[in-house]
Amino acid sequence: MNNARPGSERELQRLIMDAARAEMPVEVIGSGTKRSVGRPVNSGLAISTASLSGVTLYEPTELVMGARAGTPLVDIEQRLADKGQMLAFEPIDLGPVLGAPANSGTIGAVFATNFSGSRRVIAGGARDHLLGIEAITGAGQTFRGGGRVMKNVTGYDLCRAVCGSWGTLAVMTGVTFKVLPRPERTGTLVILGLDDRSGVEALCAALGTPFEVSGAVHLQAPFAARLRHAGLAATQNAITAVRIENFASSLRYRLDRLKDALRAFGEIHELDDANALDFWGELRQLSPLQGSTAPLWRLSTAPRSGPAVVAAITRYMECRAWYDWSGGLVWVEVLDTADAGAADIRRVIAHHGGHATLIRAAPAVRASIDVFQPLEPDLAAITRGIKAVFDPKDILNRGRLLADL
Amino acid sequence: MSMNVLPPPDRAIVARRDSIARDLARLVASGGVIADEDGRRAFETDGLTAYRCMPLAVVLPRTTEEVSRVLKYAHANGITVIPRGAGTSLCGGALPAEDAIVVGVSRMNRVLDIDLENRTARVETGITNLGISGAVQPHGFFYAPDPSSQLACTLAGNIAMNSGGAHCLKYGVTTNNVLGVKMVLVDGRVVEIGGAHLDASGYDLLGLIVGSEGQFGIVTEATVRILRAAEAARPMLLGFESSEIAGRCVSAIIASGIIPVAIEFMDKPAIHVCEAFAKAGYPLDAEALLIVEVEGSEEEISTLLGRIVDIAKPFRPMAMRVSQSPEESAAIWRGRKSAFGALGRISDYFCMDGTIPLGRLPEVLTRIGEICAGHGLKVANIFHAGDGNLHPLILFNANDPEQVHRAEEAGADILKLCVEVGGCLTGEHGVGVEKRDLMTSQFTSGELALQMRIKTVFDPQWLLNPHKVFPLENREIEHQAWEH
Repeated sequence: MNNARPGSERELQRLIMDAARAEMPVEVIGSGTKRSVGRPVNSGLAISTASLSGVTLYEPTELVMGARAGTPLVDIEQRLADKGQMLAFEPIDLGPVLGAPANSGTIGAVFATNFSGSRRVIAGGARDHLLGIEAITGAGQTFRGGGRVMKNVTGYDLCRAVCGSWGTLAVMTGVTFKVLPRPERTGTLVILGLDDRSGVEALCAALGTPFEVSGAVHLQAPFAARLRHAGLAATQNAITAVRIENFASSLRYRLDRLKDALRAFGEIHELDDANALDFWGELRQLSPLQGSTAPLWRLSTAPRSGPAVVAAITRYMECRAWYDWSGGLVWVEVLDTADAGAADIRRVIAHHGGHATLIRAAPAVRASIDVFQPLEPDLAAITRGIKAVFDPKDILNRGRLLADL
Repeated sequence: MSMNVLPPPDRAIVARRDSIARDLARLVASGGVIADEDGRRAFETDGLTAYRCMPLAVVLPRTTEEVSRVLKYAHANGITVIPRGAGTSLCGGALPAEDAIVVGVSRMNRVLDIDLENRTARVETGITNLGISGAVQPHGFFYAPDPSSQLACTLAGNIAMNSGGAHCLKYGVTTNNVLGVKMVLVDGRVVEIGGAHLDASGYDLLGLIVGSEGQFGIVTEATVRILRAAEAARPMLLGFESSEIAGRCVSAIIASGIIPVAIEFMDKPAIHVCEAFAKAGYPLDAEALLIVEVEGSEEEISTLLGRIVDIAKPFRPMAMRVSQSPEESAAIWRGRKSAFGALGRISDYFCMDGTIPLGRLPEVLTRIGEICAGHGLKVANIFHAGDGNLHPLILFNANDPEQVHRAEEAGADILKLCVEVGGCLTGEHGVGVEKRDLMTSQFTSGELALQMRIKTVFDPQWLLNPHKVFPLENREIEHQAWEH
């Protein structure tokens, strides 16, 4: 396959126009760390935005940053850290889970995939922080959606349409997004050895308090054992953890009140600031999901349905689970089978509500099943219509999202 | 007032009014159709009262099935439909047309389910914004978006316009707080999008639907995120010698790492009008006033407000007062939230709704003053300072057509100014008919065409709220070009 790495928006536009004219499918990538997610794309040309790099706007007091799409995420986060700010939705690093290098993703891919980390429960997801895009359609038309201001309802919300579309609607060349102050202190409460149901119950109870819980996870023992944090990995137990972030003056008060609220669930341990940062940092790196090639699913459901979904899947296959978002996001690793358990998992999710995405599997498996949640016919028709508006010749990441898209 | 905001109606449809009304009456339970002139009169306008038009008929369904039957009928007969919530739109989003059926969801206002563990509420969308918070408040929860019209406006309208409010600096706007919808498509099919889970698989159709101004379908049910309320909240007032200093103080607060739950700004004319109405103790000699609110336990609030006082001191505030009681807090917010009503007592006005980068505030306020003075008009400014959403209120006399015209021109100039400095035409009110013709100042024709083609995906014949959002010119060409 040929690779193109255009150095300007103009050059990128020309490449896409040529491809559209020839009706030639192209694969759209940033640095390519997540290209093994989705159905395999059959194309002769991969276009990377990696050379479109650099922060174009940063106004810390307006909580806004703009960058070209290929800017490395690590650069963005460093610039923000220098001013005591951050991407509050805590983007995860899928690379190492997929056998790609760590810390190599681009900011464009963060929004193209719309994957968010643990803080999504309180801060919103990538989609909620995207303010504006500059992009090129599959017909080679440049367009902007949104802008650089926080509130904007002028015309349709094209930012959100493109966010999470995995490069199938348009190639983003620039993004503007909301940033927020980094918390002064981080504290974490841990309960060991809870079963899934009680663990998620504890997480939901924590989220129901007024203390602004900013992370709520439950790791089954096999996943907890894969943590790099020696102390936590050695517990040989499931880990239920709840994070609070705030000013130093508030943290103690909030942790104590939260302890009162969770006391009934078991003995409560506390991680200090440094240990808490290590632990949540590891989760952002998805370290419990690394070092394995077993099929990996990402399920989104109502928080309290998480344990029931996993229990139902367990009836069909051996699996291990890590709950984030107080139970609403479940990472499930299953044994390698012909369909990676897709038929059973999709049946379970259909019953409980939500969606399931196969994040890691061999190409043959990904080519033979729906990697992303299949759509109900009316929504599939709308989805095809939107695809046709942005990419009339169906050249951008053809077939990656759904077989008939 | 420019009355030619609507294209000429389809006379054949208008002539069939009686038979259409009879047909509609068969589709919904008794009392669901309003066809008489007095009854229809109540629906001839919305919060933008300058524009009026009597609709063909009004239907107020009680169920999703009824909405579906009505849309199916309208679709089969090529009749335009104007979706309506409570009719509080400030941009003419619910303005009817002579050949159109208004479909109002106000009778569908039940709470269907409250799920505290999953932190969601499922409601019919005719419920008022405040009605959602009211339903969950006994459990200590609330629904976050809080437009000033929250007592009256419906969730349906909030979804159509992606409404915001004073507290969205911390909690986001409608699109950040809606998880799922049940929507009736233009041909009567009913789809469910999203649910109690976060984020979509596939395209974020929900994200597209929120803010689509009733042009994609009629949302009849929604699952919204509810949040546990903070232990307490308290505002403080800060008065300054100039709006520039006030703006710098806002920047300093945010630079310190504090994100208050709200930072509201008023200029001197706004301060005077609101104080006369609410007796909130606003400083009358200040050129600019900030209301800054923080949340937490009483002790946390004291600490945070203490920090804000320290941050504000170098800006030499002329007035600085922390609310001492729930009554005082209520009065402070009553002044702000009643600003539009209070102003309405003394003058007619247009409420603009641009958004600007905070750093451009002083310059923008100066130029707004010049624009209005140039048109011989007065202006008061209210500003959600934390998120840059500016509401200039242009005062005029509605009985003087020439003055109305000047006010419209001034409004257009102000919104173009917002775009020019890097902002946008509308931050939370929507485009509607009011800002439709200004869209070309923010978007290229290619960008507008792209958006219009998305409308066509949902509504191929452009029957749903068609006269809004996009300039009327060049539409048919775009529409037809797309169909080939």
